[in-house]
Amino acid sequence: MLDALVAMLANADFWAAVLRIATPLVFGTLGVLLCERAGVLNLGIEGIMVAGAFTGWLAVHAGAGLWTGVAVAAGTGAVFGLLHGVLTVPLALSQHVAGLGITLFASSVAYYAYRVSFPNVTTPPTIQPFADMHGLGLPVLAAQTPLTLLALALVPLVAWILARTPLGLAVRMVGENPAAAEGQGLDVIAVRVGAIVAGSALMGVAGAFLTLSAFNAFFFNLINGRGWICVALVVFAGWRPGKALAGALLFAFFDAMQLRLQQADAGAVPYQAWLMLPYVLSILALVAVARRASYPQALMKPWRRGER
Amino acid sequence: MRLEARGALSPAMAIVAPFAAVVVTLAVAALFVAWAGAPVGRTYALIFEGGFGSRFAWSETLTRATPLMLTGLAAAIAFRAHLYNIGAEGQLYLGALAAVAAGGLHGGTGFDLPTPLLFAAMVAAAALAGALLMVLPAVAKTRFGVDEVVTTLLLNFIVLLFVSMMLDGPMKDPTAMGWPQSVALKEELELPKLVERTRVHAGLLVAIVLAALAWAVLRLTTFGFEVRAVGANARAARFAGVPVTRTLVLVALASGAIAGLAGAIEVAGRTGYVTLDMSPGYGYTGIVIAMLAGLNPLGVVAAAVFIAGVMVGADSMSRAVAVPTYIADVIVSVALLAMLVATLAARYRLRLR
Repeated sequence: MLDALVAMLANADFWAAVLRIATPLVFGTLGVLLCERAGVLNLGIEGIMVAGAFTGWLAVHAGAGLWTGVAVAAGTGAVFGLLHGVLTVPLALSQHVAGLGITLFASSVAYYAYRVSFPNVTTPPTIQPFADMHGLGLPVLAAQTPLTLLALALVPLVAWILARTPLGLAVRMVGENPAAAEGQGLDVIAVRVGAIVAGSALMGVAGAFLTLSAFNAFFFNLINGRGWICVALVVFAGWRPGKALAGALLFAFFDAMQLRLQQADAGAVPYQAWLMLPYVLSILALVAVARRASYPQALMKPWRRGER
Repeated sequence: MRLEARGALSPAMAIVAPFAAVVVTLAVAALFVAWAGAPVGRTYALIFEGGFGSRFAWSETLTRATPLMLTGLAAAIAFRAHLYNIGAEGQLYLGALAAVAAGGLHGGTGFDLPTPLLFAAMVAAAALAGALLMVLPAVAKTRFGVDEVVTTLLLNFIVLLFVSMMLDGPMKDPTAMGWPQSVALKEELELPKLVERTRVHAGLLVAIVLAALAWAVLRLTTFGFEVRAVGANARAARFAGVPVTRTLVLVALASGAIAGLAGAIEVAGRTGYVTLDMSPGYGYTGIVIAMLAGLNPLGVVAAAVFIAGVMVGADSMSRAVAVPTYIADVIVSVALLAMLVATLAARYRLRLR
């Protein structure tokens, strides 16, 4: 068992798998993080990922380029994000219920549209997904697609925007103390809605990674809880982009490991027990860090102008 | 742009709001129907006919409404205390599994008890299983401040894998020719049919009685008052001496137990055994039902019948015109969003300046 473990860790394929599994989580986690730093919980992620996965794939299937597909997925995410933003920010509805509503709405619209577009298919139609980057000549990165590179580049970018730019400061202010932000002349509603739209666009891309890079088709239960895992990862990461990347990689490490062990143990442990592992780990991670988690102070607190 | 409270909710508004939401929902869904290239009027007529147009349609709708009433109740009472139990789907499945474990026929999982006792054991096992699933989210929320939405959601995936593991392993039906289904429930534990030659079973009465009971508890008892107080403002409730943590934990357990019971009633009333597709998302639809009902347990009964009718009607409609059955999910989710906005509009005025 130990030999198998060492062999696995020494294998570049394993680390390539870790990076591949982590990619959609990085996009999704950054998306959730942006919304939450602005003070809004976005439980629409699961459905937005479904919708982004579908529209991105549909665009490519209809003949558009792969990067156009990514842009379409981001746009889809932004549209649902705008709906979420309007419901939760100016209308100040429950972020829990509105988010779940967006998830139900986005995923049912995607499944409905899939069935309308392809009424009689039994096997999902496929596209030619992103190719890996053999040209780079690096052992682990060469097995990845450009989308993974984009995800990795977004981490320092989001971190820099949040920490070093006036825009990032505005986002953090409306998430910590909206009344003070307004006192400084910021439009709290606009900043919050903007952050949700941007974050939701990333969630759309997270979904599109699955249909345009990891797989080559859209199918039911494609997202399978990945969105919820991103919500847990953001808490685990303490709302910091760098830690979010670390969390996504750690999570992907365990997920890749359970896949290998599942093959290695030859059915001694039911495969379902291995599949449970990612979800169990997410819950454990949440409970472990919850006590010392420093939530954005205004998270989940709707803000109404003139009210205390 | 800001919201201005209208003051007390007028009775007229309380009635107009849900109807306005339904009208908006039907209008939005009409766009989707038209997009599929089907005649909107005929599609809606077929959905209505399939859901409510005949004795058979009503019987199917009421059969479908039974688990939805229970998952709707589970959501409604929890949401009343601002405890967001999104785990009813998993609780339903674990309840169903526990019911078969207590009252199963093959494989030595059944206990040798007289039927009434065994029935009680089956119901208790299911309720307990559902409640058990809420222990971790409730404790994590009250002790560590972990958001219960994420924990209950993640538990759904764990439970479904656990059920799949059981159906492959110890609880597999050896006579099912490799189909992943559990051993069957003892025949004498099955719920009686309410109407001959239909699938409507006594579980419907159980759901309605439970809804009335939940309404009475919320409305008339001290505990119900405490639940509402915690939901309205936990900090004020604590200041007024309401045991907030205890109330939250009790509500969590009750909510889980009701969802677990839904699993037992599905098994005893409809399927007779557990499969991995016995619930097409009843747990999640229950949340929508609770919201449509304004978190009122009696409203849950009506909302469940409405949603069940839409689902049953959409199934039968899609056999006649080329509109995917997913239109039912679109209608349900738009109804949720429309209801949220309608409720807000009933309580607040939107001032542009």
